[in-house]
Amino acid sequence: MPDALPIAPALSDTQTALARRFVTPEGVDLRLTLASAGERGAAFLLDILILAAVLVVFTILAAWLAASGGEAVWEPIGIIWLLAFFVLRSGWFILFELTRRAATPGKRALGLRVVARDGGRLTGEAVFVRNAMREIEVFLPLVFLGAAKVAGESVGAMVTLLGLTWTGIFLLFPLFNRDRLRIGDFVAGTWVVKAPRRPLAVDLAEDQGRRRETIAFTSDQIAAYGVKELQVLEEVLRHRDKRTLHAVAERIRGKIGWRSRPGEADLDFLMAYYAALRRRLEHRLLFGHRRRDKFDRA
Amino acid sequence: MNQPADLELRSLRFRAERESQWRRLEALLRKAENGRARWLTDEELLEIPLLYRAAMSSLSVARATSLDASLVAYLESLATRTYFFVYGARTNVAERLVAFFRHDWPGAVKSLWRETLVAAAILVAAAVAGYALVLADPDWFSSIMPGEVSQGRDPTASTAFLKDILYNDHGREGLSAFATYLFTHNAQVSILAFALGFAFCIPTALLVADNGLSLGALCALYASRGLGFQIGGWLSIHGTTELLATAIAGGAGFRIGWAVIFPGSRSRLAAAAQAGRTTGAAMAGVVIMLVMAGILEGVGRQVIKLDWARYGIGAAMLCLWLAYFYLPRRARV
Repeated sequence: MPDALPIAPALSDTQTALARRFVTPEGVDLRLTLASAGERGAAFLLDILILAAVLVVFTILAAWLAASGGEAVWEPIGIIWLLAFFVLRSGWFILFELTRRAATPGKRALGLRVVARDGGRLTGEAVFVRNAMREIEVFLPLVFLGAAKVAGESVGAMVTLLGLTWTGIFLLFPLFNRDRLRIGDFVAGTWVVKAPRRPLAVDLAEDQGRRRETIAFTSDQIAAYGVKELQVLEEVLRHRDKRTLHAVAERIRGKIGWRSRPGEADLDFLMAYYAALRRRLEHRLLFGHRRRDKFDRA
Repeated sequence: MNQPADLELRSLRFRAERESQWRRLEALLRKAENGRARWLTDEELLEIPLLYRAAMSSLSVARATSLDASLVAYLESLATRTYFFVYGARTNVAERLVAFFRHDWPGAVKSLWRETLVAAAILVAAAVAGYALVLADPDWFSSIMPGEVSQGRDPTASTAFLKDILYNDHGREGLSAFATYLFTHNAQVSILAFALGFAFCIPTALLVADNGLSLGALCALYASRGLGFQIGGWLSIHGTTELLATAIAGGAGFRIGWAVIFPGSRSRLAAAAQAGRTTGAAMAGVVIMLVMAGILEGVGRQVIKLDWARYGIGAAMLCLWLAYFYLPRRARV
């Protein structure tokens, strides 16, 4: 399929750069994909927002209870508030990452999870360490940021600027390495991978079988494309965007010299072509030949 | 699927044959992942490894024979999720806790003895320096302990006021609230000291030294008024636990920094990860020690006003910790 089409390729460059071998004891490579820096940041922001919301609600609740309960309840409420604040601030990430999903709510929302780099099980120590390191990754820069606002004199400003640069290195650490490790990952021997829950979609070829359309192609017409184009076509068919469908159908018709019958819908044509192309490519696959793309003429 | 003629595509037939297994596995997995693993029956639990192996084989077959990209992606995600369930932690929380208190915590602290000793030496040296500085020139006191930290305990204060602080709690009705505050504050600082170790040990050393300086300065202030013995008791009831925890946190930080600077024959990544594993248990233990120190300081010290009793408790706690961490014990089985 021509490059100019407005559709995402099946695998973008950034995705392949973040793919890692991960061989299970059964000898199957799970091909894990690491979370990108953007996803990590988004997950963290989401967590912080939820955390802040929980804290605000909790504080309001405590204040309301203290106001209505009188002096007798001040102390227990104070203790509970202090402990809850500590547990939320230091324990939020740790407790969630110790669960079966090994992910905080933010990471869950983005389909991420924490994994031990060596493939072994994720230990409590590793989770503790990777989150203790947030103190220098997040808390310290915030301290210097706060100091920068307060500092008026030139000496103080210089020092805070240096401090901000220094702690900025910790904060931006994931951008400086291939594996997108933050300092916590580095020290705890972990990394964060994508483990989304994917639904099982309908097989498009089966869909075509149900339609029982009789659009027949010659073997030359089917031989125009390879696996890469097939999977791009699959994505187009799953999205069902009308304009894209039309553009793609026109391209293919032009390439294989197809003469449309009157009233032939783009979708039907593409479905039929998809089924025919997949049948041919899978058939050849069984004989050990995988045609990568349309340029692969071996 | 009801019409066999439609199944001429092998990948379609493959999917039709296996799909029910995948769905079954997915359902069990969802139940387990949502924290309802306890609700799985024994049969269901035994079923998961079988379905897992089937899913792994399905993934291999699909990669080799199917060109349906969404099917391969689905199987990859299913296999990955099941892998982490099957090979994830199998022990329950109680077992983990027992292992932590029996082996992991004391073992980790013991293996950090060299670094702990260095941190303790820095702490003591800084305390001595702070003591000597303030004794020589009381002006040092205000630069070591700023006003908000010293709470009026400075060279201008009267001896009676200083003594009063040691034995009376001013308006601190809520002992346990005070203890909680002390604990959360100290725990946060010790985690920071640990994390700072990553920056090549130096900030950790500074933080530990800062602790020691204020300790020495405070002692010097009281000693200059002839209250040296009393401040010793006031500090040691919780101080032995808290300072040991500080030294361990500093030592854990040093271990991380050292592994990053001098990884030895291992790669820097591997060295740091190994240091992280060891120090993690020690740091979790530090938090527990600080809980106890907070209780001793917030409650014990306010209740017990006898100097000798304060010394006694401090010494007993120290012996207890040292015995727990460093006495030889039977090897882990």
